Amino acid sequence: MSSVVELRGVWVDFGGHPVLEDITFSAAAGEFVSVVGPNGAGKTTLLKVILGLIRPRRGEVQVFGVPPWKLGKQRARIGYVPQVEEVDPRFPLRVLDVVLMGRYGALGLGRRPGAADRHAAVEALKLVGIAHLAGKPLGELSGGQRQRVFVARALAVKPELLLLDEPTTGIDPAASESFYELLRRIQKTGVTVIMVTHDVGVISRYVDKVACLNRRLVVHGRPEEVMADAALAEMYGCAALFFHHGRAPHMVVRPHSELREGRR
Amino acid sequence: MSFLGYVFMQRALIAGALIGAGAGTVGVYVVLRGFSFIGAGIAHAAFGGVAIAFLVGMDPLLGALVFSLLVAWGIAYTSRRAAIKEEVAVGVLFATSMALGIFLLSFIRGPRVDLLGYLFGNILAVSSRDLVLSFVLAGVVFLAVLFLYKEFLFIVFDPGMAEVAGFPVGLLQGALLSLVALTVVLSLRVVGAVLVAALLVIPAATAYQLVRDFHKMVFLSACIGVLEVIGGLIISFYLDTPSGPTIVLLSASLFGLVLLFRKGTR
Repeated sequence: MSSVVELRGVWVDFGGHPVLEDITFSAAAGEFVSVVGPNGAGKTTLLKVILGLIRPRRGEVQVFGVPPWKLGKQRARIGYVPQVEEVDPRFPLRVLDVVLMGRYGALGLGRRPGAADRHAAVEALKLVGIAHLAGKPLGELSGGQRQRVFVARALAVKPELLLLDEPTTGIDPAASESFYELLRRIQKTGVTVIMVTHDVGVISRYVDKVACLNRRLVVHGRPEEVMADAALAEMYGCAALFFHHGRAPHMVVRPHSELREGRR
Repeated sequence: MSFLGYVFMQRALIAGALIGAGAGTVGVYVVLRGFSFIGAGIAHAAFGGVAIAFLVGMDPLLGALVFSLLVAWGIAYTSRRAAIKEEVAVGVLFATSMALGIFLLSFIRGPRVDLLGYLFGNILAVSSRDLVLSFVLAGVVFLAVLFLYKEFLFIVFDPGMAEVAGFPVGLLQGALLSLVALTVVLSLRVVGAVLVAALLVIPAATAYQLVRDFHKMVFLSACIGVLEVIGGLIISFYLDTPSGPTIVLLSASLFGLVLLFRKGTR
């Protein structure tokens, strides 16, 4: 399997302070990777490095075999779902118009979306299961539905790599669950998925690899391997426990104090 | 004789239609991006430009154009570099350019400058030369919106994503603020520097109450803008009131009515 994303010894500074330290990370084609870490751990920065928006001070980044800032038109091979808080949900736009924005980059300056773009947008909406909402104003959707709209926007260019930044923030657990199922379905179509989240309780039964980030990337492996690693505890100042339910390993993280009580 | 019989009124109405459509269209981006305050800042800067132009013997509207464009790009640059908060920069600029304008104008001797006209609009002020400039300014605004329609929508709705998609977000923001500057200069004669910011906000805010589709909002806001400026000019003609405040009061009344009828649904 070839690597879609490859980072080697990547350092990123903001105003002289290290945000990412010596990150070595890779995602193979068709893999579902989850990067977990607390707020301020550098998760969004990591995604921006992969997108080519931030250039590292040191180290090497390759996406589809080239540095991401040199991707040019190939940018369209990456789909990106930013954090939900970044947009105003009352913005007067219909769902289809939002999804069409995914096609804007490939269209270039001054060109309007045409029938082919509209078709691709509808296909993307079908894939995430909300084609019936195409004509609805964004403001009338639930948090979970809105998140699907942004995934559809990312999918509208038929990307080979999908990056998601905290996609389940503000979504209730049941909706999150079905959202992960959706990502799993997308991955099965051959798309490489990288999702960052501060939700360390994320059920890892959906992902192939868990990487834990807190400026440094500490653990990197299959969920079962992560479980064997004590480094996670160091990273969060808390202990991580993992439970097996057949083929569905769950990762649970609790504060030290709580854990000690449990040990009595 | 009806108001249509007067040449100054014919010119004011033609300029008014261009102003209403321009401000209504650009106003949609102003309202949705939440930079009403920046619009006010640019408008006040335009007044400073008028005063400087008078001192150096330039066409006052050209002075306003140069000065407000400089300020527009200054704000766009500040907001990208974030050396100081954009809001603070506008706040300083706002009062300074107004003070500069009035300070400089107090040195001008000879024929009195129509200070009130530039501040609050004058229905008699639109010369045939101004009308030509209005057509040029409005033409640039409409062509720019037509060509960069999806780009402006993108940077207003989701600038982060626009950047990811490879659009030059900083330049587009500067271009959008330039359109605000052009609209301000376009409106300066009829509406005045103090009140033009209202025209950039009220028609779009009224349209926002009525529709939830961006494309319809642009169209409706432009229509409301034309209606309000033309209506305000006619009322101003009959009541012999300054045109700027009359237009703004009419716009605000319509906005109030719409709010009242739409209450609770949004």
